[in-house]
Amino acid sequence: MARIIYLESGMKNWWKLASVLLLMYVIVMSLLTPLGPGISSVSQEKLHMGKNDSISIYGYNTDFTVSSKGLEQPVVWLEIGAFNLQADTIRVISKNEISADFSIPYNLPSKSQTLHVQYAQGHYVLPNAFRCEEAGKDNIEHDDCEVKNPQYLNNGMVFPNREILGETIRNLMFHVPMWFTMMLLMTISVINSIRYLSGFNPRYDLIAKEAVKAGLLFGILGLATGSLWARFTWGHWWVSDTKLNGAAITTLIYMAYLILRGSVGEEQNQARVSAVYNIFAFMILVVMLMILPRITDSLHPGNGGNPAFSQYDLDSKLRMVFYPAVLGWIGIGYWIFQIRKRIAVLGEKTQEL
Amino acid sequence: MSAKELSVLLKKEIALELRNKVAISGILLYVISTVFVCYLSFRRLDDPLVWNTLFWVILLFSAVNTISKSFHTETRNRLLYLYTLSSPAAVILSKMLYNILLMGLTSLVTLLVYSTLLGSVPLEGSNVGMYIVALLLGCSGFSGIFTMIAAISARTGNNLGIMAILGFPLILPLLVTLIELSGIALRGLTWEYGFTAISILAGINVLVVALSYLLFPYLWRE
Repeated sequence: MARIIYLESGMKNWWKLASVLLLMYVIVMSLLTPLGPGISSVSQEKLHMGKNDSISIYGYNTDFTVSSKGLEQPVVWLEIGAFNLQADTIRVISKNEISADFSIPYNLPSKSQTLHVQYAQGHYVLPNAFRCEEAGKDNIEHDDCEVKNPQYLNNGMVFPNREILGETIRNLMFHVPMWFTMMLLMTISVINSIRYLSGFNPRYDLIAKEAVKAGLLFGILGLATGSLWARFTWGHWWVSDTKLNGAAITTLIYMAYLILRGSVGEEQNQARVSAVYNIFAFMILVVMLMILPRITDSLHPGNGGNPAFSQYDLDSKLRMVFYPAVLGWIGIGYWIFQIRKRIAVLGEKTQEL
Repeated sequence: MSAKELSVLLKKEIALELRNKVAISGILLYVISTVFVCYLSFRRLDDPLVWNTLFWVILLFSAVNTISKSFHTETRNRLLYLYTLSSPAAVILSKMLYNILLMGLTSLVTLLVYSTLLGSVPLEGSNVGMYIVALLLGCSGFSGIFTMIAAISARTGNNLGIMAILGFPLILPLLVTLIELSGIALRGLTWEYGFTAISILAGINVLVVALSYLLFPYLWRE
């Protein structure tokens, strides 16, 4: 009998087990999976038109000395608008460094240039590697510079490497799901606040309160992981960015919600006033985290004209870890909320006794 | 709730204000002395960014001071009496309308004193129409959010402290967008540059009024 009950409750709570397993998978994968090779930087930012430029290219986790059949040496070229400009001579200096000589023609379109490197391990890209200096005279001759059939190789499970992110891409599995979890919990909270106002059942107020507390935990974790990430990608623990400030303000608003609860004495009164405030708070959350960052300047990907995690960063391999991470963290967040809710219900019952 | 009800309540607010001019003269004195403090420390401000931000911060604090009094003066019995006569929605909307009028007056006086004392260099060559739109949207936004927060904090007893704690985080999206819009206006750019900011401000205003209209009845009910 006991065993049947155990099985039944196990079936009912399958999602808890699933989220724990998902998170274990995510933690192992995100910490142990190696970062794929990539181009981390170049020795100069500008190309000089009409001159020969010798450029050093630095790789991360690369091994340029490896050669394969049909590709004994790395191939380096610049993507300039619709056509490519191939390097004249390429020297492999070490595992992580190659030097390439370009003869830069006059009259390059003066926008940023993308650098491509292809070698035995694969084909890697550094977007916006160069800018052009000086306007020239002649048109570039397209046909000489074309690189035919770039070769893409599969490297197994690796995380994509992008110059600014590097190893910090692993934080994606922790930072982004925190905000998803917080938004879900705050949505649960505001729905329960509305349900409270439509029937004045104290149970809904209790649920709303506990959802805010659990959501706030994830909000603070999201700020902490975000701050850590900003330190290693943007250089400071805090940068003035719409989304960062919005997140901080949202956290403040929900802290104010808890203070408001504390400062109203009588219980029914407290529930009603805080439910009304909660609805306002949710409105500002939507404005601050979802509307404002999309239209003002922001450093976050996908906001303020920045590209979202796509083409170069979030490829199919990263998605295989990122989506389980989102599901896992949401499951854990919901579980924490449920435990808090049950403790609060029990607390009320013991008070009644 | 009818238009007549609203106008009667609005007249009542204005009549009460005019009969006892302490609040309005207090707020004007507050604004003038704040601007004077800024004048004594800055003398002249020619940087449009600082000029603009300081102006809005002064206006924000005067809004908190003005609007926190919305429910402070109403005694409990008088509120109950009011609710037996009219709908709560009419009460909150009339108070909001009254606060918009008061904030409009305050912002005009502030702008006048501020540009006299600290210099009106940033205003030269600006898009005056857009700046006025920013002022109007700002006044109505401040009034909307702070009237509701005043109603909430009136329920808690300790009025002024909780007003700032609850209100400042809520007002920040509005304030940030206002500073952006008025900055665009001060640079003398055309309307199309300010369009997104104006639509956000209008959106927040409409949302606040709609939410207050729906939620205020729950606040006063005992």
